[in-house]
Amino acid sequence: MIQFTIWDILRNLLLAARWTVGLSLIAFVGGGALGLVMTMLRVSKSRAARVAVRCYIEVIQGTPLLMQLFLSFFGLALIGFDVSPLAAASFSLTLYTSAFLAEIWRGCVEAIPRGQWEASSSIGLTYLEQLRHVILPQALVIAVPPTVGFAVQVVKGTALASIIGFIELTKAGTIINNATFRPFLVYGMVAAIYFCLCFPLSLYAKKLERRLDVARKA
Amino acid sequence: MGYQFHFGDVFAYKDLLIRGTLLTLELSAAATVLGLVVGTAGALARNSAHILLRWPAAVYVEVIRNTPFLVQLFFLFFGLSAVGVRLSAEFAALLAMVVNLGAYATEIVRAGLKSVGRGQIEAGLSIGLTRWQIFRHVVILPALQAIYPALSSQAIIVMLGSSVCSQISAQELTYAANFIQSRNFRSFECYLVATAIYFVLTVLLRQAFALVGRRVFRRS
Repeated sequence: MIQFTIWDILRNLLLAARWTVGLSLIAFVGGGALGLVMTMLRVSKSRAARVAVRCYIEVIQGTPLLMQLFLSFFGLALIGFDVSPLAAASFSLTLYTSAFLAEIWRGCVEAIPRGQWEASSSIGLTYLEQLRHVILPQALVIAVPPTVGFAVQVVKGTALASIIGFIELTKAGTIINNATFRPFLVYGMVAAIYFCLCFPLSLYAKKLERRLDVARKA
Repeated sequence: MGYQFHFGDVFAYKDLLIRGTLLTLELSAAATVLGLVVGTAGALARNSAHILLRWPAAVYVEVIRNTPFLVQLFFLFFGLSAVGVRLSAEFAALLAMVVNLGAYATEIVRAGLKSVGRGQIEAGLSIGLTRWQIFRHVVILPALQAIYPALSSQAIIVMLGSSVCSQISAQELTYAANFIQSRNFRSFECYLVATAIYFVLTVLLRQAFALVGRRVFRRS
């Protein structure tokens, strides 16, 4: 039997952590783009669009991420796509992220006073121009702290991809634990690596929030 | 799309689904109550003047909030059994859920305590109430009312998160879905039904929390 030194374990976990980071980036960038579209539909004048996006958000927020992963994994295969675990995980984490970001960003857009909408429409801007030049730049300022905070949820969410067989940090931990039978050590290190990824984001979000609070009171 | 859905094959196992749903609800209810207790203790420790209480509480909160629930579950379940503490999967699941919710509840309760104005506490002191009497009669109800919405949505998040407990073979709803699809090979239908059940639970729980909230906090 091969003996694993602590360095062997750590090195393999760190190699796998690259996939955790990669998957988080895919989910965050994809979810951000889709979430922006969802936000625009959610605050649009069309009732049908608003209701449809609300249902989408309710369903994503009201069901477990693990179920969404399973449904993507087995469902995409059903409609004829040959999906790898990475593709299924990217797909469902993107949807998951987009729903939460759309809900966060809706709050930020609604925090912009109505007068801003009215003023910009009175100078003849179209809906998209209003968003582009007046509303979104202001909403962006208050949207940054909660968005950074949500990034932590995305990183933690990628751990579930291990369950459909994608080899990222958690799955690597399981594999190594099965070989070494040192669960406290292995999962402790796994947790420590997640912590090193997430804690700076949490701190940064808190700092941004505090700065925004000060700016608002000034 | 040439796929034929066969939900009948799933509903043939409805007893398993019902049993799984009940365990999901039991785990969530127990975790919510115990998590609130841990959260209250955590919040008091976090606000305490004593550094030996304040620091461990802060570390607990940050470690739990910045690591995935799945890893916490594995750490507890496999770790404890490796050092000879044999836990049933269900008990380990409950333990992990309480530890997890406790950290979030600590922050929520702390915000609630902060929301009660200093003037209220000073008024209590000035009429000669003890610290415990102030906590009991002045602070707790307004604080609970302030955090009730956050607490109830955190309880729902924990309920949804409990689906992960299937991975240590706690026999809750997701475990039932996994088991059924291993028998009838109707994976998509199984998970669709389980997802629908989770969604209905979320909606019902949200209504129930709102109803209870209106009853309990009617005075104000």
